[in-house]
Amino acid sequence: MKTSDLVVVLAGGLSHEREVSLRSGRRAAQALRDVGHEVVELDVSSTLLSQLEELGKPVVVPLIHGGAGEDGAIRQALELVDVPFVGSTSRSSRVAFDKAIATPRVASAGWVTATQVALPDDMFRELGAPTLVKALAGHLGFPMMVKPARSGSALGCTKVERIEDLPAAMVQAYAYGGVAVVERFVTGIEVAVPVIDTGSGPVALPAVEIRPDSGVYDYTARYTAGATRFLAPAELSDDVAERCAQLAVGAHQALGLRDLSRTDLIVDADGVPVFLEANVAPGMTETSTMPLSMEAAGMDLGHVLSDLIQLARLRGPEA
Amino acid sequence: MSLEQPRRDTRLDRYVETYAERTHGLKVSAVRALFSVANRPEVVSLAGGMPNISDLPLDVIGSRIGELIATRGTQAMQYGSGQGEEKIREQICEVMALEGITGHPDDVTITTGSQQALDLVTRTFIDPGDVVLAEAPSYVGALGTFQAYQAQVVHVAMDDDGMESAALTAAIRTLRAQGRRVKFLYTIPNFNNPSGILTTWERRQEIARICREEQVLVIEDNPYGLLSLDADPVPAIRSFDAENVVYLGSFSKTFAPGFRVGWALAPHAVREKLVLAQESATLCPPVFSQFAISTYLSTWDWKAQITVFKDMYRARRDAMLDGLTEHMPPGTTWTHPKGGFFVWVTLPEGLDSQALLPRAVTNRVAYVPGTAFYADGLGSRNMRLSYCFPTPERIFEGTRRLGEVLDAELEIHTMFGIDSTPHPHDFAAGPGPDVS
Repeated sequence: MKTSDLVVVLAGGLSHEREVSLRSGRRAAQALRDVGHEVVELDVSSTLLSQLEELGKPVVVPLIHGGAGEDGAIRQALELVDVPFVGSTSRSSRVAFDKAIATPRVASAGWVTATQVALPDDMFRELGAPTLVKALAGHLGFPMMVKPARSGSALGCTKVERIEDLPAAMVQAYAYGGVAVVERFVTGIEVAVPVIDTGSGPVALPAVEIRPDSGVYDYTARYTAGATRFLAPAELSDDVAERCAQLAVGAHQALGLRDLSRTDLIVDADGVPVFLEANVAPGMTETSTMPLSMEAAGMDLGHVLSDLIQLARLRGPEA
Repeated sequence: MSLEQPRRDTRLDRYVETYAERTHGLKVSAVRALFSVANRPEVVSLAGGMPNISDLPLDVIGSRIGELIATRGTQAMQYGSGQGEEKIREQICEVMALEGITGHPDDVTITTGSQQALDLVTRTFIDPGDVVLAEAPSYVGALGTFQAYQAQVVHVAMDDDGMESAALTAAIRTLRAQGRRVKFLYTIPNFNNPSGILTTWERRQEIARICREEQVLVIEDNPYGLLSLDADPVPAIRSFDAENVVYLGSFSKTFAPGFRVGWALAPHAVREKLVLAQESATLCPPVFSQFAISTYLSTWDWKAQITVFKDMYRARRDAMLDGLTEHMPPGTTWTHPKGGFFVWVTLPEGLDSQALLPRAVTNRVAYVPGTAFYADGLGSRNMRLSYCFPTPERIFEGTRRLGEVLDAELEIHTMFGIDSTPHPHDFAAGPGPDVS
């Protein structure tokens, strides 16, 4: 088989975000077909690596969200079998996916982040939950956000207003993994800023402002068409928009990301963008912010991905 | 640097202002997202209610359907009657006779699965705001249909004998005192989905009497009646009350769901409305499927096939009950179904089945949280486990994984001081949730 134009879109996987990933994969695959690529859509399975081998090791576009898709595990496997792929390396994905590591890393680079405490469930077991809960409340104050350290799409995230509700929120977050992060709640404008780098350095795309009808950008607000209002570009002053762009590019660089990423942030009451998280496999669904931002920038999803595929092909497998 | 572009204000759905009001409750849920993982082969799914049809004689069915196409294809693949084909309606009356029902083929309306029968009945009787009474808990697919027609569902408590008569009377009278219109009672007396409860003969008579006296129509949904695993058959409510019952039946569990053939047996006046509703919905129910099932019923020993199914489901049910006994932590209770597909589990106090679903999926086991079976948010301490599809070994393994999940969740609850002491109620007395 001729492989030069063949592309594999990898979507699905076994994480809690499987459904979203499949939707992202379908959309990206169609966008690539629309610009002339031959696309094979694959899911993660025990035959994946042999399928890639049979296809002649084409460039892979990994769109697995959550879990193994974004924590570097799948990318590590692709690196092991010398398959070139679009996006960040396994090493930087591992860093970016874990909020307990990524947030301090971005803060160390001089960017404003939400004040955060990261705690594995073991700590509560060993040190006693009541004392730690009280300490958390004292340190961060209310409201606070409780999140799984390694999950996406707002799954397992809870806004906590009172100390009585904190234990249940922690339990909810630990249902998604052994480490939870607790952050001081930042009131402000919710914004997503995609970054792409097609070879001449990372560039921020227009910020997308997110206004969920329910007031909370939870899973339902993210993936129910019509439940959230998006403004692209965001309704921000030029100065604030520029600061958001700088933060997104700064986070992309601080985390060592490659090709594309999306940074979620809050613009606080003083107009300061506060980093929340960076995503190495941004959603490409009908309700995702990255395609919307590309559209606002006058870019076509298929062409952007095609450029990134060309870059990955030139780059070849990881050394 | 950033790129400057004109602003676009969008909800990414150009029809958002156009949708009918009844669609406003339709939202994507995180639970649904978790279920997308449940379909992966690595996961033991105790969630779905898919009949296990691997024991069907596919070669025989294939040959009979081939013959059907060769000899009567132009008829079988043509439009048909809105009420359904006469032959299959006659055969359905023979099927219903096994449950004590005397029905006339003229009063049978064929539907696209009994789910469509439910839709037609609801469409025929419900105006927005009308009340539907249903067991607590009740079938999620029915609740969805009722919601789609903007009915208000009021649940009536159950115990091990079925819906509680006193609770039914009280619910009807209370609702009427509030000026609310109670249109019908929806009940699944045989191996209720999700609880597995079999309504006793005495309770059936009481329910029928109360509904007659209070002039509330009974919708008797009976997909599992012929799948009694070790219970003595109990006659259908329709068998002794032909005037106040609309009876819904299905071939999905006794043959195969892919044909999508169900039916409604209704009092004559209601049947007229159902046929008109069917004609406006689909012109006619799937003709080819009716011919195929009719051929199956007339050329195969379908009763013996049901016995084969029952033996297969019994082994699975037993594996699940053994697994639950072996693996569930103290404070967990569950029903012991004598037929059908489902076991209804009540978790120790403090546990929330929806909240622990991600932990379960991570541990490669899936179930349906109990809240799906209530229209009013109850059921958070419950889960529905189905034993119909996986092998007995996988079912047992699934309960082992579930036990691990519950142990881990209980441990973390204990760690945070969330009360997980066994609840004080004797759940052997009934399948309902602890709402205290």
